[in-house]
Amino acid sequence: MQADSARFPDNVAAARRDATLLGALDRLQRDARAGRVETVARLPEFEALRDAARDIRNGALANLAANLERFEANVVANGGAVHWCRDAAEACEAVARICREAGAKTVAKGKSMVTEEIGLNAALAGAGFDTVETDLGEYVLQLRDETPSHIVIPAIHLTKDQFAETFRGAHGDLPADRSLEEARQITDEARCALRDVFLRADVGITGANFLIAETGSVAIVTNEGNGDLAQSLPRTHIAVTGIEKAVGTVEEALTLIRVLARSATGQEISAYTTFATGAKREDDAAGPENFHVVLVDNGRSDLLAGPKREILRCIRCGACQTVCPVYGAVGGHAYGAVYAGPVGSVLTPALAGLEKSKHLPEASSFCGACEAVCPVRIPLPRLLRMWREDAFQAHLGPKVMRWGLFAWSALTAWPWAYRTAGGIGGRMLRLMAMGRGRLTRLPFAGKWTGGRDLPVPEGGTFVGKWHGRRGR
Amino acid sequence: MEAAQERPAVGLFATCLVDLFRPSVGFAAARLLERAGYRVEVPRAQSCCGQPSYNSGDRKAARRGARRAVAAFETFERVVVPSGSCAAMFVRHFPDLLADDPEWAGKARSLAGRTYELVDFLARVAGWRPDAARPPSGSVTYHDSCSGLRELGIREQPRALLAASGGPELREMEGSDICCGFGGTFCVKYPAISEAMADRKIDSIEATGADAVVGGDLGCLLHIEGRLSRRGSAVGARHVAELLDAGEG
Amino acid sequence: MSAARDGILAKIRAANPGPAVAVTPGPIPARGRGEAAELRQRFYGGLDAAGAGHATVTGWAEVAGEIERFLRALGAAGPVVASLDPMLDPCGLDRVEGLRRGVPDAGDAVSVTGTVAGIAETGTLMVRSGPDIANAAHFLTDTHVAVVDAARIVGAYEDAFALLRAGGAPMPRNVTLITGPSRSSDIERILQIGVHGPRTLHVVVCDAGPAP
Repeated sequence: MQADSARFPDNVAAARRDATLLGALDRLQRDARAGRVETVARLPEFEALRDAARDIRNGALANLAANLERFEANVVANGGAVHWCRDAAEACEAVARICREAGAKTVAKGKSMVTEEIGLNAALAGAGFDTVETDLGEYVLQLRDETPSHIVIPAIHLTKDQFAETFRGAHGDLPADRSLEEARQITDEARCALRDVFLRADVGITGANFLIAETGSVAIVTNEGNGDLAQSLPRTHIAVTGIEKAVGTVEEALTLIRVLARSATGQEISAYTTFATGAKREDDAAGPENFHVVLVDNGRSDLLAGPKREILRCIRCGACQTVCPVYGAVGGHAYGAVYAGPVGSVLTPALAGLEKSKHLPEASSFCGACEAVCPVRIPLPRLLRMWREDAFQAHLGPKVMRWGLFAWSALTAWPWAYRTAGGIGGRMLRLMAMGRGRLTRLPFAGKWTGGRDLPVPEGGTFVGKWHGRRGR
Repeated sequence: MEAAQERPAVGLFATCLVDLFRPSVGFAAARLLERAGYRVEVPRAQSCCGQPSYNSGDRKAARRGARRAVAAFETFERVVVPSGSCAAMFVRHFPDLLADDPEWAGKARSLAGRTYELVDFLARVAGWRPDAARPPSGSVTYHDSCSGLRELGIREQPRALLAASGGPELREMEGSDICCGFGGTFCVKYPAISEAMADRKIDSIEATGADAVVGGDLGCLLHIEGRLSRRGSAVGARHVAELLDAGEG
Repeated sequence: MSAARDGILAKIRAANPGPAVAVTPGPIPARGRGEAAELRQRFYGGLDAAGAGHATVTGWAEVAGEIERFLRALGAAGPVVASLDPMLDPCGLDRVEGLRRGVPDAGDAVSVTGTVAGIAETGTLMVRSGPDIANAAHFLTDTHVAVVDAARIVGAYEDAFALLRAGGAPMPRNVTLITGPSRSSDIERILQIGVHGPRTLHVVVCDAGPAP
């Protein structure tokens, strides 16, 4: 996975200058807040379903090996094949090999974060396959050579005009004077262009929302319908997904489906939820003759063995991104990672290494809004704090912060000394403020006073005054 | 609610920010507790709850802070903290931090069950309501600080007390539960994000037309106040204890 | 690849030293339960909310007439393809102009399919693949008309799967839960209906007892 997270502070600065992005993020978060209130109000059982979803995902992780083996057996029994891949390179190679064996030229892709994670598009392009993203948002990103900035709304950072401009550049065979003013016109143009891709594609690649052990089914949730076309029309269907997605039964998946769309988009359920089981049956009217599931580990089994395994409960709804005020202030690209926002700040250090992504767990105010909306109740702040502990142990943070904390912690160990020093410090600040209530500049505190005044202490300490006044 | 005649002494953990920046908030909190029928004690052995270390990944220092706080307050039947964030350290995080420390784990769990955020304590445990209806005076908007709201469930309590005080008109802002961007050390680690979050909060505050923003956490309030002041805004920032106290006696 | 398989499974087993864990599905929401009439009303309400049209007929022979009426009102032009689902056999589809039975192709404008069930919980249809229906190919057309047997309007998703898998029937290659027409909000979060799948979804509910 390409992580650019080391440049997080620069990315933040750039994002804060991008008025278009900030407007889009503001609208997203405003709408999503209202939408979630409505959605939850319509389903009294929502909180109970979240508890159940958490337990189902915990059970699925506890039974993961058995679930995967049973899933594999059922896929094979239904004429499919399962490919186990330890890392991104193995997964890309497995997909490329299947495409080669299928004699493929064109590959139609449904939306899949795992394929972003393993860099599949680049690998397939390198292997000479014409790979086309078919989700509207992913399609325009592919044309622009950009990455998704949100798990479920990948092109949230783009405007309608940027969509139009990109299509004008890419669809050179269409009349130059056509109108692309309306979102409808842009959508129609994509529908038309991609229709052709579905029909001529030799291979369809999708992700998977859930793998169902008892049936060997791959469940895929979409709104556009592209996932259904990609997995049904081409001769070969490859589902690429993380090993953690396996659950036991259809009913378990249905509980998860009840919380997924509600958390992701505020819909009751997405427009299309498809369970694909094996290859086309002999007498079926249509369907893919070849069915492959590419199971990707890529760090997941390590996460499973460690204290942060709860992150593997994630069902990729993106709610934690949508609600996160840090995400809302900087957008997904600033994180410099495939998975942005709170879930990404837990996953990225595991996938790309903590040293490269050390900013991400730190860039949280621990406000807890993410945990409050997570449909599977992942304690995201707690997991982020664990990364901070790892980073502290590894001395990855800035030295000045470390020394500052050390000094504070040492001082507070001696309440008398802390209070004396605090009292002196307060007096100094009051002197520097020269009778005003606030300081606008303060040496060594530029990180605060760069954008905020510092309210000046009232004078004295509470504990000191309390005991002085009350004569104790 | 506790019966009036058997109200125990309350240990007040002022928090380091109140101690060093706004002693008046500590006195306001103490007066409110006294009016609710409690004797207030302020142990000298208190300093910081250790949250800066805890949230910066220095678990060892955080455990030292936790042990110190537990030791300073273990004799009190009730501990009250005028901050949701520091109270949540006592209630939620000390038991976790000291879980594998045989000497301290039990004490931490016990203290967690006896510790309350100030307004929550006044409203729910003490069953206290402001005495006299005051004549309406200006307007405020309430900022729900994250820890108090999401770790301790404090949402209705301050609003109920403010409404009962009859004092200032409460004008709800849009997204009162969205983080202001303080986040402890976060606000100096990533000032650009922190200030952007403050701006969003301040836009919502200003849209209500209220004279002041009120909250239960001095950290958030100093941060918001500092940004308000930098923006040249006339809106003030006040701790809810001061506001409730101002209408009394 | 078997080294990878063994390696991954070994790591998972090492991470999970405990015994297998019993897993229970979550509660079925109250809106997914109720009397038949109640469920039917909720199903219609769900279709409305999802942006799908609907009409009810009282005999199988009336289905074709409703489809004709709907297509006229829509102004739909172009070939109509209906699946070979036996459920559609008594519907008198022959009379629909330009209709053929079989597998859709790219030139078709309207497709007609049967359904396994209608699901009240969210106004959802269950459609399957099989020898008689090419499932996803029907999502290529601009307009999708789905015929629902009123006797198979169930409360919850689980009930529909119970119908589908009755008597231990295996899962078909594709089972799709369809809720409203295809949609996207990828462009500035402006809702667009009809991206890759149908722009129009019309549901004809036949309330005539089970199909003969």
